[in-house]
Amino acid sequence: MSENLIEFNNISKFFGKVIALKDVTMKLKKGEIMCLLGDNGAGKSTLIKTLAGVHKPDEGEIVIEGNKTVFDSPKDALDMGIGTVYQDLALVPLMSVTRNFFMGREPLKGLPFLKTFDIEKANQIAAERMGQIGIDVRDPSQAVGTMSGGERQCLAISRAIYFGAKVLVLDEPTSALGVHQASMVLKYVVKAASEGLAVILITHNVHHAYPVGNSFTVLNRGKSLGTFNKKDISREELLGMMAGGEELDKLEVELKEMNRINN
Amino acid sequence: MSDKAKSIVSKKTSGQDERLKEVSKLRLLLNRPELGAVGGAILVFIFFGIVAGDTGMFSAYGTLNFLDVSANLGIIAIAAAMLMIGGEFDLSIGSMIGFAGICIAIPAIYWGWPLWVSIIFAFAMAVLVGYFNGILVVKTGLPSFIVTLAMLFILRGATLAITRLITGRTQVPGLRVLIENDPIAWMFATDTFKWLFTWLGSMNLIALRTDGTPLATGIPPSVIWFIAATLFATWILMKTRYGNWIFASGGDKNGATNVGVPVGRVKISLFIGTAVAATIFATIQVLDAGSADTMRGNLKELEAIAAAVVGGCLLTGGYGSAIGAAFGALIFGTVSMGIFYTDVDTDWFKVFLGAMMLIAVVFNNFIRKRVTESK
Repeated sequence: MSENLIEFNNISKFFGKVIALKDVTMKLKKGEIMCLLGDNGAGKSTLIKTLAGVHKPDEGEIVIEGNKTVFDSPKDALDMGIGTVYQDLALVPLMSVTRNFFMGREPLKGLPFLKTFDIEKANQIAAERMGQIGIDVRDPSQAVGTMSGGERQCLAISRAIYFGAKVLVLDEPTSALGVHQASMVLKYVVKAASEGLAVILITHNVHHAYPVGNSFTVLNRGKSLGTFNKKDISREELLGMMAGGEELDKLEVELKEMNRINN
Repeated sequence: MSDKAKSIVSKKTSGQDERLKEVSKLRLLLNRPELGAVGGAILVFIFFGIVAGDTGMFSAYGTLNFLDVSANLGIIAIAAAMLMIGGEFDLSIGSMIGFAGICIAIPAIYWGWPLWVSIIFAFAMAVLVGYFNGILVVKTGLPSFIVTLAMLFILRGATLAITRLITGRTQVPGLRVLIENDPIAWMFATDTFKWLFTWLGSMNLIALRTDGTPLATGIPPSVIWFIAATLFATWILMKTRYGNWIFASGGDKNGATNVGVPVGRVKISLFIGTAVAATIFATIQVLDAGSADTMRGNLKELEAIAAAVVGGCLLTGGYGSAIGAAFGALIFGTVSMGIFYTDVDTDWFKVFLGAMMLIAVVFNNFIRKRVTESK
């Protein structure tokens, strides 16, 4: 058995003439956090959807725990332990914490042909799981709408883990959050990794990614610019590597120019 | 439960002072969708208790009268509420009532089918219509408002055209004689607890006719169906997996789909539910009147939606309760009958209905803000 939990070998994905991904390779071990960086249009979304089983790669192979795997549907990916938390989180604000936690996978009790939703057990598990993250849900029947953005993100991650994720795929988990909320989510991500999960953190925010990541893969225009270990690369180098880096350099020059003219 | 969670739970139950706990209980109550309707119903009863308390409105006969009207509306309002929670509307409920009526009457009177076969036929047609509504909405992605508005016209027109084609008229009378000894019709046509009313009459506790039998003869079938529907719908919403799927489908279709809720199937089943509820309504009314009328149920869909809204359902889906809709129907039924016992001109009923709905929508909006934005 390979020591990598999941491998993406030379994955390519085409939409008609458009090359969305070309020869992307990534490898993750248990307990590793890999940050997938890239500007808008770099192919991050396509890569996530390929991981989640929404798209099938046109070239290359996905290897999970040493076995070559093909996902025919999102459910296949879930069954293989790929837990994807999309940006919209798939949470319903008007529904309770418990009802969201178990949405679509409600625990049942009762007679074989008259099973009912075991709401007591569900409440108990939801409160317990949220408690482990340090979120004290005063009442698991409170609506998710009353929770903060960071708490919601943690709820969605916690749900993915509870339902058997071995590889967590997080799509921009901190993009809509303030500093405090973002650090709460990132702390939880580190904790999840320390408990043996592999985490793929997709973001365009190097400042959020750098402190928590073990390795960094930079995507640019559908191609991987390589995977780097933390010790081999600095925050500034990473930033420079993303398309945004060049742009920012240019912006800086332009601003200096403007200042010079104004003065 | 892990020790950690235990400590959290115990902290929660023991650590807080009583005052805080009471506030949270009040908050909990305030956040219930049916609060407005229950409060409204209490106000309505207080009002009529003062204005019409001595008029016989609250005698056994009067009470059963307004309960019957409320119950009929309630049966369709509960189904409409469940569909609204699931994120859709059904404007074809009223037309379905008329259609179901002739689906019972024409086979029974003109084709010589046994009454029970005709009733089953009507329910089968309801399932078909509901399925068709549902599949159209789910497959086309069009707003259910438009799809079922089309169905409102199609069904009403077909009802009228078919009835006139077969019978040459717009009414089909003569059903009353068929009810006796029918294996199914009694479920929609029998007053229950007659012994109780006979006993109450014999004790001179309720009003009697000149021949000594009580004026109110028993609980009408509509009320039994209404209570059963309320309990059944509440059980589904609160206690089953399917109930959670209804809330999820209406609350966020994409999110629900992403976590594996079969949103399409849930919605189709809810459309079948409204059509079947309309058919229950129709069967009770047709057997009670002994005739089917092509215009029966006209505008009932709007009353049903109004009752659901007063009962706390959000127009945007994902929130509401069956008990709320039941109380919404009770308010409308009570006022529509109670207004006869007051000096108020009955023309004002619709003004009341509209005003009640407006207040309810404003109130619901406020509640939703509380629920979703309290942080």
